[in-house]
Amino acid sequence: MAKDIAKTHKEWEKPLLELEDTIAKLREAARREADPVKQANYIEKAETYQEQCNRYVKLMYSNLGDWEKVLVARAEKRPYTLDYIQSIFNGFIELQGDRNGFNDNAIVGGPAEFNGRPVIVLGHQKGRNIQDRQMRNFGMAKPEGYRKAIRLFEMAERFRMPVISFVDTPAADPGVESESRGISEAIAAAMLKMFQLTVPTVSVIIGEGGSGGAIGIAVSNRVLMLEHAVYSVIPPEGCAAILWRAPERAPEAAEALQITAKSALSLGIIDEIVSEPEGAAHRDPAGASDLIKEAVVRHLNELLKLSPAELHADRHAKFRKLGKFAELL
Amino acid sequence: MEFEQNLRVCQHCQHHHRLTAQIRIDWTFDENSFVEHDTGLSSVDPLSFPDYGKKLEQMQAKGETHDSVLSGTATIEGLRVSTAVCDFAFIGGSMGSVAGEKITRALERGIDLRCPVVIFCASGGARMQEGLLSLMQMAKTTGAVERCRAEGIPYIAVFTDPTMAGVLASYASVADVIIAEPKALVGFAGLRVSKQAGVGKVPDDFQTAEYVLKHGMIDRIVSRKELRATLAGLVRTLGGHLLHSEAGA
Repeated sequence: MAKDIAKTHKEWEKPLLELEDTIAKLREAARREADPVKQANYIEKAETYQEQCNRYVKLMYSNLGDWEKVLVARAEKRPYTLDYIQSIFNGFIELQGDRNGFNDNAIVGGPAEFNGRPVIVLGHQKGRNIQDRQMRNFGMAKPEGYRKAIRLFEMAERFRMPVISFVDTPAADPGVESESRGISEAIAAAMLKMFQLTVPTVSVIIGEGGSGGAIGIAVSNRVLMLEHAVYSVIPPEGCAAILWRAPERAPEAAEALQITAKSALSLGIIDEIVSEPEGAAHRDPAGASDLIKEAVVRHLNELLKLSPAELHADRHAKFRKLGKFAELL
Repeated sequence: MEFEQNLRVCQHCQHHHRLTAQIRIDWTFDENSFVEHDTGLSSVDPLSFPDYGKKLEQMQAKGETHDSVLSGTATIEGLRVSTAVCDFAFIGGSMGSVAGEKITRALERGIDLRCPVVIFCASGGARMQEGLLSLMQMAKTTGAVERCRAEGIPYIAVFTDPTMAGVLASYASVADVIIAEPKALVGFAGLRVSKQAGVGKVPDDFQTAEYVLKHGMIDRIVSRKELRATLAGLVRTLGGHLLHSEAGA
């Protein structure tokens, strides 16, 4: 049964991609055709296919299963942090380095203008081609990434700038280098720093919210999540490997872990689900950017009404109450 | 008997065997000084995760009612502390909602009672059966550490075998002072994951107390025999300002 389940977004979208390819070919043929009757014929065919394609998109994306959400969240074409920084922010200036010997390309950040106000924006960054992916370490941050984030948080505090963070990582880097430089301490220290802030902070889970690597920059007053993003304590593959010694059962693990935005909302872990355009963010990045911007502006405006002490207390209270247990008194 | 007298440390190889939370408490704090708190807390199965409910029932049937953390107050050489002790025997010492809540309350109790906090870590990491709720315990416990810092409450962590993943990457690593038992496993990713993703070959002492000491991530390695005296010394010195500022108690 597992054989029928797609392992990548590309594989899952294959019927759609083929249809889109056919449409593109028909339109190209129409463009080259001199005979107006034949041309009209091509265009008509293309339009029929386009309607079919639109129906498919709607159908495929209207009721995604948990594993399908994982595939969409990991999609190669999905907009990444720098795409949103470019479309939603003005005058971003990237700052680099942990001032301790290293720079991490899997977390980017710096000052920018958001809705007419100076802010610090940061987030995990994945790469799109092979070189880029390696350079970004597949969005898996090392200790220096979290230490750069801490620098940025401290700067935000000094200059009274709100912080907006974008979360999109499979996990923190688990390699020897990271271990030797204290990846665990770096993540914990980044969370601790976020708790200390007295400026408004908003996080948006835009793709993969991978466990400790994600929460390290997501301890914010408000946590939003894109409709098709996922947020999880462990990757479904890892969970399946531990539970059933069968990583290929990841789709079942994804369901058991309840990693969707809907689940996160019902568990009280996120504040709002940000809708995506039809066919997900990668089919309409501009539309997705607008939706994110609208939501972040709204939450930020609410937070800006709070005093520094209230912002600090609000963030502590928000995370203090998370957890589900029974208590006999 | 000799093994017990030697605090379950092998006399030949000095291997420190794992302790249950109760034995750890007995051997660390003044006799009969430990008072357990948060006894009414128990894990639920919020996600209806496969086999989790059954597992919890089994543990409770065995009389294991404190989940993976025992929390309370005690004295060490007469000095009051708030404490939490992880129990690896309970689902690998994993941190779910109950463990996170007990660690958080232990830290908060330090603030309320104006006394140092001592936490013994022994955990494979976050409890995946509670999904995101477990991940959030990382943030929740770290938030409590931040409040201790703001209040000048010293917090000492002891890494025992093993201190891993979600526990290491949260409250454990931001203690004021970190002590480890010799050879304790201390690391972020399970060894298999690390090797798979690793850039180079894994050093022989990878993810041990000795390795993290060498890399500046902990303060000291202390043998079990000397642990009590070391902890008492730290509580006395780092918590000294609390004793002087408060009359009576």
